[in-house]
Amino acid sequence: MTEPAPAVRLSAVRLARGGRTVLDGLDLAVPAGSITAVLGPSGSGKSTLLAALTGELAPAAGTVEVFGRPVPRDARALLALRKSIGVLLQGNGLLTDLSVAENVALPLRTHTELPAPVIARLVAMKLHAVGLRAAADLYPRELSGGMARRVALARALALDPPLMLYDEPLTGLDPIASGVVMALVQRLNRTLGLTSIVVSHHVRETLPIADHAVVVANGGIVFAGTPAELEASGDPLVRQFLHGEPDGPIPFDSRAFDNSTPVDARVKAA
Amino acid sequence: MPFVAATRSLGRAGLFSLAVLRASVPTRDFLAELVREIYKIGARSLPIIAVGGAFVGLVLTLQGYRTLATFGASNSLSTLLGLSLYRELGPVLTGLLFIGRAGSSIAAELGLMRATDQITALGLMGIDPVRKAVAPRFWAAVLTVPLLTAFFCSFAIAASYLEAVHVIGLDAGYFWSALKDNVDFVDDYCVAFLKSAVFGGTAALVAAYVGYHAEPTIEGTSVATTRAVVNASLLMLMLNFVMSALLFQ
Repeated sequence: MTEPAPAVRLSAVRLARGGRTVLDGLDLAVPAGSITAVLGPSGSGKSTLLAALTGELAPAAGTVEVFGRPVPRDARALLALRKSIGVLLQGNGLLTDLSVAENVALPLRTHTELPAPVIARLVAMKLHAVGLRAAADLYPRELSGGMARRVALARALALDPPLMLYDEPLTGLDPIASGVVMALVQRLNRTLGLTSIVVSHHVRETLPIADHAVVVANGGIVFAGTPAELEASGDPLVRQFLHGEPDGPIPFDSRAFDNSTPVDARVKAA
Repeated sequence: MPFVAATRSLGRAGLFSLAVLRASVPTRDFLAELVREIYKIGARSLPIIAVGGAFVGLVLTLQGYRTLATFGASNSLSTLLGLSLYRELGPVLTGLLFIGRAGSSIAAELGLMRATDQITALGLMGIDPVRKAVAPRFWAAVLTVPLLTAFFCSFAIAASYLEAVHVIGLDAGYFWSALKDNVDFVDDYCVAFLKSAVFGGTAALVAAYVGYHAEPTIEGTSVATTRAVVNASLLMLMLNFVMSALLFQ
């Protein structure tokens, strides 16, 4: 029996921003229907990886394929692709002059010809799926952080996209809200048959729901496998990241700047 | 090189303006957004326009009377008032007040939308952020600034009438008849409308461009708001000179 085609495939991809290479040598296949956790230290390029999947950033080398087709550059084809990808942004991106229901309805009103009553029913269903049907008439400024994140999730699911991308979904959330969001990610993935890619540095909250794990560091992918293999890995960088060790392959004292003059001498000179 | 950077920036601004025009498709959502913006940046600017217009009318009357009286030409006061208001002061001062109130709010709103990922979210939902957020503001400015100019001039003339006739003691009949005879509908009134529409569109484009491309930080939004007011004001004054030179032969 042949394996189903991966939902996302990166082949020898190099990603650069402003002439500087952020990630290189990326080879990754995300199985359809799975939850893949993309982990890594802050600034390692995880969000850059997501930008390549949505077409915001064209790869400097290699190919990025979503549902078996390369991510297009043409505006019309990119629009069609983006309708099939739901993105939950770190900052939520809720439009502040629209109510919760209007925010969730926005993709439906823009991309479908459905009549208003049907859209209203769909919006109610999406909000019910995230447990916020009662908040339909509230405005984003009246929502807590966790509620706003769930509304943004409902909006990202409005067009029933087969692929969901989550960019740091737990940023700024308390433990309960984090638990709610991750439970939603897992439940929605299972019941709707989605493929989910969760970019996060919250290891303990993300690994339990993930089918696959990828660690991004030092400009590339340093680990790809199951969460159990990740926990059992002996790689020093992976162990430092997993256990939150302050020093290791990623040093405590950053050598990114010129340290030829000792710190004491620099302070005296100033 | 500063010259290359400035040229690149000018080119980007030009392309942005073209994108705004291309995105201006009168769908139902666009028109709903347009009406909302007309209220926000037009109707809510009325108080400042009314007060500004009244005081400009009062001070023009005061200074105009003092100067004209030395030549025994105080009966030309309403002519002076009407021509200076409709030809220059009305469109320019309304434009400057509009930039200060509505231009800064357009830049701040778009800068904050950039900083809170709203513009990114629109793009990722396959919704053109320029069509959703910028084009309605542009057309609202083009439509409302001429109307605001008309209000400005009306309040100025009304205040001037009160001062000229009821305080200074000039003849009311002559005040209105001189105004009517010497202010031409096409050469003065329509030109004021045309100038105002150009100033409104320019102010909105400058403010929107600066806000849309602001750094996604608090400081970036603050810098964008200041730059929007300064750049839009200077550009408007330059355009005023060019239009006056072309339209008033």
